[in-house]
Amino acid sequence: MNREHDREIVRYRAPTRINHWIVAISFVLAALSGLALFHPALFPLASLFGGGPWTRILHPFIGVVMVVAFVLLAARMWRDNRIDARDRAWLRNVGDVIHNREENLPEVGRFNGGQKLLFWVLVTCVLVLLLSGLVIWRAYFSQWFPIGAIRLSAVAHALFGLILVCSIIVHIYAAIWVKGSLRAMTEGKVSYGWAWRHHRAWFREVVSARRRAD
Amino acid sequence: MALQSLDIVRRSATTTPAPQARGAHSGQVAKLIDVTKCIGCKACQVACMEWNDLRDEVGHCSGHFDNPPDLGGQSWTIMKFAEHEHADGSLEWLIRKDGCMHCADPGCLKACPSPGAIVQYANGIVDFHEENCIGCGYCVTGCPFDVPRISKHDRKAYKCTLCSDRVAVGQEPACVKTCPTGAIVFGSKEDMHEHAAERIEDLKSRGYANAGLYDPAGVGGTHVMYVLHHADQPELYSGLPKNPVISPFVSLWKGAAKPLGLLAIAATAFAGFLHYIGIGPNRTDEHDEREAEREAQRLRAEEHP
Ligand code: HEM
Ligand code: SF4
Repeated sequence: MNREHDREIVRYRAPTRINHWIVAISFVLAALSGLALFHPALFPLASLFGGGPWTRILHPFIGVVMVVAFVLLAARMWRDNRIDARDRAWLRNVGDVIHNREENLPEVGRFNGGQKLLFWVLVTCVLVLLLSGLVIWRAYFSQWFPIGAIRLSAVAHALFGLILVCSIIVHIYAAIWVKGSLRAMTEGKVSYGWAWRHHRAWFREVVSARRRAD
Repeated sequence: MALQSLDIVRRSATTTPAPQARGAHSGQVAKLIDVTKCIGCKACQVACMEWNDLRDEVGHCSGHFDNPPDLGGQSWTIMKFAEHEHADGSLEWLIRKDGCMHCADPGCLKACPSPGAIVQYANGIVDFHEENCIGCGYCVTGCPFDVPRISKHDRKAYKCTLCSDRVAVGQEPACVKTCPTGAIVFGSKEDMHEHAAERIEDLKSRGYANAGLYDPAGVGGTHVMYVLHHADQPELYSGLPKNPVISPFVSLWKGAAKPLGLLAIAATAFAGFLHYIGIGPNRTDEHDEREAEREAQRLRAEEHP
């Protein structure tokens, strides 16, 4: 490895990474236990949690852990996810994104238009899942709500859970697709070249010490 | 259920046929509750407690005769007393025995996520198999009649079984056996229709022009039916719904959403896979690293000239 390649940028500091993986692990557990109750074909997933009743007991608590951890993570990333004109242009050229032709795209800051869009989809999903989840949480909360609200919440919970699962599949795939990203969330660092290629505006800010890593 | 049933026509959260070699060849069953003959003595409530070995907690008087005030894990049927004042100022006591209606199209079964926790027998009875119940309460969400209750003690869902255990061995339900006025009768659904028709005719001749049978079509008909003096206004009987149907929210949630949801998840994952083998990963190369280094040097030179 030559000298240039040793140059690295901190993209996520340890607290952010730990926070992210708490969200990720609780998401996977919440998704598996939720899907077990969603479709009979997936009911066998309930055995991962100790059977049907345990799945029913655990799912909402896991969900609450995920929501709390997500809120903390989202708060750290909120200001970097405002969608501006550049992001809209980026999103319009999604064909170039898919074909790895980043040279045709507008310069990207800390997050690109796709990541920002995902961020707001996740915020919406988590919010709806939390509210609808409380309404259908039979053991503690359902008695406070009219039956119509419970029925609406049941559909909303399933629907937004599905949107979240699909969005996270896209998110995980993005980490497999864009090489070097996964290391950002595990070891915290990216190479100069990675930052220059994918997040050039952010790269400039960091290198000229106008901002520090979060 | 200790005995194996071979007459299960529907089983919750199950996509293949349940064992159903035995059919209801002598006709489906029905319980007919003639509200106009009921005197509100609650003998049926007691019979239900006795046969099923249920003892609810002794509660408080809530100002009317309903006791206990609501269905529960230990109260699978209760009498609901409505004092109805007519336009002419006369008072009528409308007493309805509340409990599971044993719908032909049961919302509880449709909503239940646990395989085999709710079954429907060929004879029409909808039964909960509590050993498979996970306590989620989706049956409560699905039921158009607000019948099932999750017990606070064991977190299982309970409701009237239509004495499926008695009926299986050729006996009538306990409440039917005990009713002193003959307001509750039991037999084949066909016979109950005939019996109801006679009763309605009699009621009409006595001035109840709107007397009629409650066997709501919205849930495919029910295996517990009522003879009502005011069949045009079932709501008078402590909120018996006029046109009960499985809520469209429940139908969407338990209908189209399930296969489409799984398809969406599979399609998203497959699209990612296709992208990877079709277009491939996005790698940072030597060129990027060199350009980045050049840019970094330029920026630093600007910062510290
Ligand atoms: C096992 C599942 C997951 C994996 C493998 C994963 C992987 C990653 C990776 C590699 C990054 C860094 C991307 C970059 O630096 O540009 C990242 C960032 C992030 N992750 Fe995850 N993640 C997972 C689950 C989740 C879940 C469940 C959520 C929220 C519900 C989430 C929310 C985020 C957010 C908001 C970011 C920053 C913005 C972004 O890069 O899109 N992640 N994740
Ligand atoms: S009345 Fe409710 S609990 Fe009874 S069969 Fe119909 S949906 Fe199920």
